Amino acid sequence: MDLQFSADALIQASYLVTAFLFIMGLKRMSSPVTARSGILWAGAGMLVATLATFFYPGMSNYPLIIAAVVIGSAVAWISGRRVAMTNIPQMIALYNGMGGGAAAAIAAVELYRGGQQSTAGAALAVVGGIIGAVSFSGSLIAFGKLQGLIRRSLRFGGQQLLNLLILAGALLLGALVVSGVNATPAVVSGLFAMALLLGLSMTLPIGGADMPVVISLYNALTGLAVAFEGFVLGNAAMIIAGTVVGSAGTLLTQLMAKAMNRSLGNVLFSGFGDTGGAAAGSAVTGSLKPIEAADAGVMMAFAQKVIVVPGYGMAVAQAQHKVWELCQLLIDRGVTVRFAIHPVAGRMPGHMNVLLAEAGVPYDLIADLDEINAEFETADVALIIGANDVVNPVARNDKSSPIYGMPILNADKAKNVIVIKRGQGAGFSGIENALFYLDNTRMLYGDGQAAAAALIGAVKSV
Amino acid sequence: MTGIVALYIFMLAAFTGYEVIARVPVILHTPLMSGSNFVHGIVLVGAMVALGAASTPLEKAIGFIGVLLAAGNAVGGYAVTERMLEMFKSSGAKGGKGGGAKGTH
Repeated sequence: MDLQFSADALIQASYLVTAFLFIMGLKRMSSPVTARSGILWAGAGMLVATLATFFYPGMSNYPLIIAAVVIGSAVAWISGRRVAMTNIPQMIALYNGMGGGAAAAIAAVELYRGGQQSTAGAALAVVGGIIGAVSFSGSLIAFGKLQGLIRRSLRFGGQQLLNLLILAGALLLGALVVSGVNATPAVVSGLFAMALLLGLSMTLPIGGADMPVVISLYNALTGLAVAFEGFVLGNAAMIIAGTVVGSAGTLLTQLMAKAMNRSLGNVLFSGFGDTGGAAAGSAVTGSLKPIEAADAGVMMAFAQKVIVVPGYGMAVAQAQHKVWELCQLLIDRGVTVRFAIHPVAGRMPGHMNVLLAEAGVPYDLIADLDEINAEFETADVALIIGANDVVNPVARNDKSSPIYGMPILNADKAKNVIVIKRGQGAGFSGIENALFYLDNTRMLYGDGQAAAAALIGAVKSV
Repeated sequence: MTGIVALYIFMLAAFTGYEVIARVPVILHTPLMSGSNFVHGIVLVGAMVALGAASTPLEKAIGFIGVLLAAGNAVGGYAVTERMLEMFKSSGAKGGKGGGAKGTH
């Protein structure tokens, strides 16, 4: 008895340490200077809590636990180390979905066991389970969409009504379980089936461009589900960590939606790009004017100032290293070079900074939208590579466009605009880009990496 | 832990989460989301306790999947977050212009 008490006290103490390390870790991760150490703090916290839990009183099934931890860790570690930086957003979605699924699994085990002492405990298990299951299936859809496994957005009339009905169904079954009227395994299973279905039907209609906001939302929801299951298990570390992530994730989701000039409700409940596309397309006049790499290279070599606007297309083409090589050549010639990053360049806010950092671009050359927008007027060349919607001036002046009001980079204000683009298609959102048709814009067609290499050759031969 | 104490913890943790990242710059949004994704990997301890208490084959099977997924969440979240932040360090060092591209990742 005494021994068990001290084991329990030790576990509680270690959870307290974990909570402290998590909060300190997140705090450090929110500043670029200390960010690197932040993840180490949080990682130490996770290690402490996991090791302590092995000594939890009255546990059995140790071989199963160890096998699951080893297999899950090994697969995730290998995939996490190997994934290309361009694919980070979908990996976050995947790992987040796993967390949601784990929270749902805890709820399922507890509800199948029927071991809840109180109605409140059962209710929290049910609500946390539903949220976790929605986050699980929804995150998997988000992963599939960003990975290109799911290409179409499924939309039909009455979709939101259907979602509402599924939610009502899940809550009804949940009420049966909580009230004790019918807590048979069949009802519990139906409850989770409904919740998984809700995650699917909520996420399928949302377009790929909005996925970062959705992933961030599911991240917050998983945190909340973990917190609820923490209540059920009486586990303070889960309550604290889950709630901190829940509220921090909600704030991050709002910041992201704001950066894209969308409200969260707008992202979740309106199909993007299927109403305004035609109207925006009709407003574009003029022609696309191609340019050869040799001419573009000369233009840049003799410029005073070049602003590079990279987009996700650059990363897909793996062109960031070549682009940086080109910029180094220009810098050596005395040209001022800056990189302009839109908040949603890449697949989520901050993703492009990660990709440029990977290529070795120094921090001080990279500017965000507020910093750089006034500078376009003094730039001789704006080099757009793989970016599209974030430099589309219709966001400023065409009220019928679905991206109207979104803050954009004012690349059209530069004296010359060179757009490196694979072909003549529209952007990720399917909206025609008025910038490409302006008089001062020239199109350099080709694969991002090949075009950058051609520009390097052209600058070298000047 | 009584219900009211749990509610206090819940409330204070919610404020903490909000305050901790209230002034985060956009460049860190992706790593921070990844980092918070890692932090809710703490669900692993709950999944371990749930599997530890499971008795029927169904409970054991679901508990096993729970621990598997939770371990994936924690370890995967750590791996990608650490990789991202590692690169931020090398670019933040602001070395000479020519030396900026020497990262080997």
